[in-house]
Amino acid sequence: MAAGQAPQNAGEYIAHHLTNLQVGEGFWTFHLDTILMGWFTGVIGLGAFYLVARRATAGVPGPVQGFIELIVEFIDDTVKGVFPGDRKFLAPLALTIFVWVFMMNLMDLLPIDWIATATGATGLHAWKAVPTTDLNTTFAMSLTIFLLTIFFSFKAKGAGGFVHELFTAPFGGNPLLWIPNLVLNLIEYLAKPVSLAMRLFGNMYAGELIFMLLGLLGTLAAVSTGGIMAGAAAGVLYWAWGVFHILIILLQAFIFMVLSCVYIAMAHEHH
Amino acid sequence: MNINATLFVQALSFAALIWFSVRFVWPMITDAMDERNRRIADGLAAAEAGKQALERSAQQSDEAIAQARGRATDILAQAEKRATQMIEEAKVSAKVEGDRLVAGAKAEVEQEVARAREVLRTQVAALAVAGAEQILKREVDAKVHADLIAAVQKQL
Repeated sequence: MAAGQAPQNAGEYIAHHLTNLQVGEGFWTFHLDTILMGWFTGVIGLGAFYLVARRATAGVPGPVQGFIELIVEFIDDTVKGVFPGDRKFLAPLALTIFVWVFMMNLMDLLPIDWIATATGATGLHAWKAVPTTDLNTTFAMSLTIFLLTIFFSFKAKGAGGFVHELFTAPFGGNPLLWIPNLVLNLIEYLAKPVSLAMRLFGNMYAGELIFMLLGLLGTLAAVSTGGIMAGAAAGVLYWAWGVFHILIILLQAFIFMVLSCVYIAMAHEHH
Repeated sequence: MNINATLFVQALSFAALIWFSVRFVWPMITDAMDERNRRIADGLAAAEAGKQALERSAQQSDEAIAQARGRATDILAQAEKRATQMIEEAKVSAKVEGDRLVAGAKAEVEQEVARAREVLRTQVAALAVAGAEQILKREVDAKVHADLIAAVQKQL
């Protein structure tokens, strides 16, 4: 929505906020807002960690380093609980997921109409600020995790062991059970990345949608005198939902991190 | 659902972030934390060692003090013994010296008495002779009777 421009109707308002800034045609379309906000949040989030890490002292840590270490230790402990082996890769992976997803989710707390006004002022009429409300982001992450799962499965069991497991687990090695085993495994392998991506997307999308509906309620204040009450109610509800949403964005980042670790840990297990 | 090429870009971004974390962020932070853990462990061990050394030296100093106290008592007793001994010796030597002085004085007195007696004897003899001379002025010649006078003198 452009600055100062009242919505023509509710449908237009919602549709407007759900439109990505797109470049390209068909499949080769790029959502510039998703990509740029992804980079922005990633650089800010992990950049903060990097700046602290670069000046990390083994002596008495300052408050900032203490906070960063608190997060690192929390993630390390969580990963340790899921995966008992070498955490040189898995722990920083978990950190990346947690920080990035959290930072992307955090964009949801920016008032949507402010973003729309700001981007509208620069001439961009579509800008979705939250990359995790774009299926491309969540699937990009979950498919990367999926590939890592396959990679670690191969690494732990070898190609033969991996294929063997596809046909013999979980029911057993009887040739009659090969097909059911395979079908079940394929469903499981498919379900993991899909559920991982859909869970995060669904939560963030729904949260965003509620913000939009409350924002829509708020815009009534501008068009009718009776709407002032509705506008005030919208303000309170917007704030309340924002507070609740702080919990959701943290929780979703944590869930995504833990499940990714669980999937990769499971890839190391032999059946 | 509008899945499109954005997915590839996001996957690459994700991979780059993972690489960045694995390569730089995580090791830097955990290295500092491990180093601190090591330092704290070392510090605790050093404190423990210091405590033990302190206990050991306290024990040693206690022993040294006890030893010194024992020796001081010995020396004191020895000194007292020596003092008594010296007093006894002094007493003995003083007595000996006194006896010697007394004996010397006695001997001198006796000598003096003998000498006085000799003088008296000579004087008494001379007096007797003088008396006899007075009496026997005429009849007795001192020169003739010298041997008689000497005999009398000797008898005194």
